[in-house]
Amino acid sequence: MQKPFAITLNLGSSLANHTGSWRTEKPVYVDLLPPCNKACPAGENIQQWLFHAEEGNYEAAWRQLTQDNPFPAIMGRVCYHPCQDSCNRAEVDESVGINAVERFLGDQALAEGWSFTAPTELSGKQVLVIGAGPSGLSAAYHLRRLGHEVTVRDAGPMAGGMMRFGIPSYRLPRTILDAEVKRITDMGVAIELNAKVEDLEAAFAEGFDAIFCAVGAHIGKRAYIPAGESARILDAVAYLHAVETEEEKPMLGRRVVIYGGGNTAIDAARTAKRLGAEEAIIVYRRNRDKMPAHDFEVEEALEEGILLKWLSTIKHVDDGKMVVEKMALDETGFPQPTGEFEELEADSLILALGQEADLGFLNGVEGIAIADGVVTVDGSMMTGRAGIFAGGDMVPAERTVTVAVGHGKKAARNIDAYLRGTPYAPAPKAPVATFDKLTTWYYADAPHQHRAHLEGARRASTFDEVVTGLDEQTAQFEARRCMSCGNCFSCDNCFGVCPDNAVKKVDIAKGYAIDYDYCKGCGLCVAECPCGSIHMVPED
Amino acid sequence: MTTHDTTIDPSIDPAGYHRGLIPEVVHHEPATKPVKFYQVGSFAVGNRLLPLEVRSVQSDPNRTNALTSGHRACQGCGEALGARYALDAAMHAADGKIVAVNATGCLEVFSTPYPETSWRVAWLHSLFGNAPAVASGVAAAYKAMGREDIRVVAQGGDGGTVDIGFGCLSGMFERNDDVLYICYDNEAYMNTGIQRSGATPPAARTATTQAVGDEPGNVFGQGKDLPRIAMAHEIPYVATASVADLRDLEAKVHRAMSMRGARYIHVMVPCPLGWGTAASDTLQIARLATQSGIFPVFEAEYGEVVASSPIRRQVPVEDYLKGQKRFAHLFKPKRRDDVIARMQAQADRNIRRYNLLPQGGSPDAPEATEGSL
Repeated sequence: MQKPFAITLNLGSSLANHTGSWRTEKPVYVDLLPPCNKACPAGENIQQWLFHAEEGNYEAAWRQLTQDNPFPAIMGRVCYHPCQDSCNRAEVDESVGINAVERFLGDQALAEGWSFTAPTELSGKQVLVIGAGPSGLSAAYHLRRLGHEVTVRDAGPMAGGMMRFGIPSYRLPRTILDAEVKRITDMGVAIELNAKVEDLEAAFAEGFDAIFCAVGAHIGKRAYIPAGESARILDAVAYLHAVETEEEKPMLGRRVVIYGGGNTAIDAARTAKRLGAEEAIIVYRRNRDKMPAHDFEVEEALEEGILLKWLSTIKHVDDGKMVVEKMALDETGFPQPTGEFEELEADSLILALGQEADLGFLNGVEGIAIADGVVTVDGSMMTGRAGIFAGGDMVPAERTVTVAVGHGKKAARNIDAYLRGTPYAPAPKAPVATFDKLTTWYYADAPHQHRAHLEGARRASTFDEVVTGLDEQTAQFEARRCMSCGNCFSCDNCFGVCPDNAVKKVDIAKGYAIDYDYCKGCGLCVAECPCGSIHMVPED
Repeated sequence: MTTHDTTIDPSIDPAGYHRGLIPEVVHHEPATKPVKFYQVGSFAVGNRLLPLEVRSVQSDPNRTNALTSGHRACQGCGEALGARYALDAAMHAADGKIVAVNATGCLEVFSTPYPETSWRVAWLHSLFGNAPAVASGVAAAYKAMGREDIRVVAQGGDGGTVDIGFGCLSGMFERNDDVLYICYDNEAYMNTGIQRSGATPPAARTATTQAVGDEPGNVFGQGKDLPRIAMAHEIPYVATASVADLRDLEAKVHRAMSMRGARYIHVMVPCPLGWGTAASDTLQIARLATQSGIFPVFEAEYGEVVASSPIRRQVPVEDYLKGQKRFAHLFKPKRRDDVIARMQAQADRNIRRYNLLPQGGSPDAPEATEGSL
């Protein structure tokens, strides 16, 4: 080729210059564990189902969610959402309303009639689940998905366990509960009601290959309180149970005192008020700070006109009145008697002092250990007797619906492994996507969308649901507040900010790839990744 | 001769300037239209939730990549990034029909060491000081050929623009030649070893303004504010932009390309080498510059400011300064609160002058923080 004067070389592209050789560290894409997922007792992949919800793909979101938890509509109402307490967005403005979106998805699924797919391959194994509460039903659902024949037996007349007999209907409408239970039976899970299991060995003899015990804790703890003959005293669990099952609702009189400071005390007080008590007074021996009940429940109770009496113990109960002693907290925060007494007018007393599990059916089963009123299980939820697993309120753990659902899932996976004779090895957990790994500049300012509440005075007389759901637009907005901590959400930042065009866009599903021929290792993509899903690692 | 389709807004009549009428501001809205919430809004480069037509040019896998891989810019170079952002947007706006004229400087040196080039646009380099004149000539040539569909973009660093090419640039402005001139401002002569330029900020250490004596670093009261000088020429369009705000930068290039006549965009592009910052901090430091008010982002037409980008998360100037080694002498061995206060006063004046806190934000800068946004 004829070249102009003083030109000796052919024109070339700088692509010949592989600047990747400058690099000492290289960026790699990672998936971290979002704090919400880590905090979820049911092990939901929250970030991933919000990802689908952000796109308006609610069915995909619901299917992702129900891989871990079969009860989104229930969870969206009763879960205490530890996910939101750990949400990184709280450090930007407010936590994402995960629970509200979950409820929206759950309600959407019920409205659209989405159902679970029955297993295609059956294992031929049979599992007995004792107790149709959250833990038992969760285990049954997961075992069924894994291809096993599952029979659930419950002593009660209706399925749901504490979701029905412990949680009042103004928090969880029974139509919702029934619909989510039915979806599990539709998969081929058999539920036998009024079928108390007394003998586990007989169950094995019947042909069951494994047993999951989840009978819950339904016996109200008692405290010795001197009482006159005509004093009306009952326990909160029995009271809530009676409200649910009996035609004639228990009448407690004009003034009802509830003794205790947990969520059950609040539920009992709010239920008594709805059933006509003019005054419902919660008496608790410590103060509000020390109260185990959740703050929002206390708030809702106060809005409904429930009265709270702190730093008081009940010394004596008689017809129409009771004697209360004032307490004072000592330096350790423990209540000490002061010797000051007062009288409180009351027609009845409900004790809400905690619950115990009825473990009589385990008597004589070899290998099973019981400590502090609960059954000892190992890391695989198995008791000391091979093939018998346990979970929910009858094992040592926090007693919430979500924890119980998580136990059910964990037990199911371990039972499955046990039945197949292979050890269950859960996937290793990725490092947590902590707040310092995020670049929050990139998230648009977006205030939290709150769910509406019925007004306190209006709702206190009915069992209508107190908290209403989000509409579609608001739920989607809320889902889009998710920062997708530690997991790529295709924002194109790495693709855009690379000064060397060394980031290639593969596609939405496969994300991005780094062209190490040209990546100089500047780390801009890492610094500017909003969600912290790129890391720098040293070159080999 | 064919007439070519162009993207010019017919309502804009740059000739009015020369007919002796008082030219009128054309746009009353900022060039950037904020994207609806969609998780990241307008802040990230792209977003899978956005309809294709409102996505940024940079998020398009088929963007021009005007400055392709293999160039020899340092790790984390703000100028390389800014130039690709700007020229890709110009290519998008002009349907691929642009000629880029480049002044001497880093941008030319790292992109085109003979015989290789990283440019994927028609590109021309002559001298350090004559890029605006060459661009004027290219525009005149195309006009003579009846090819005004081919648009001319000139570009250079702050040295080639503010100092060496300033005479040619001022001439290009006053003649209202149909050229978009883009200055990538990294506040010193970087490829020759970090010498002070007319755009170097006061107190900054460079090779020629060492951090010694009572008034260490560059002198207060010197230097030029080129966007305001450009405005004084009353040309159709003047804008400032930051490499850390891609959507705003792209919108301004598009708006400039929709107009005819002399247009000027001044883009802040941090230089990790010259400023003494980590390569990965380039965009963070550019954000701190705008969020402290030290670099105001605004646009002006015919000499009038028409819009400015409000500060979103205000930080004190100190947050911006302390991350850069060129200002390290303000913090040790002895903290120079007096100098920091003078820098803050400059930021405060920008905030007033360009109304950067329209929501009535605190006129006093917030407390110094860890310096992250």
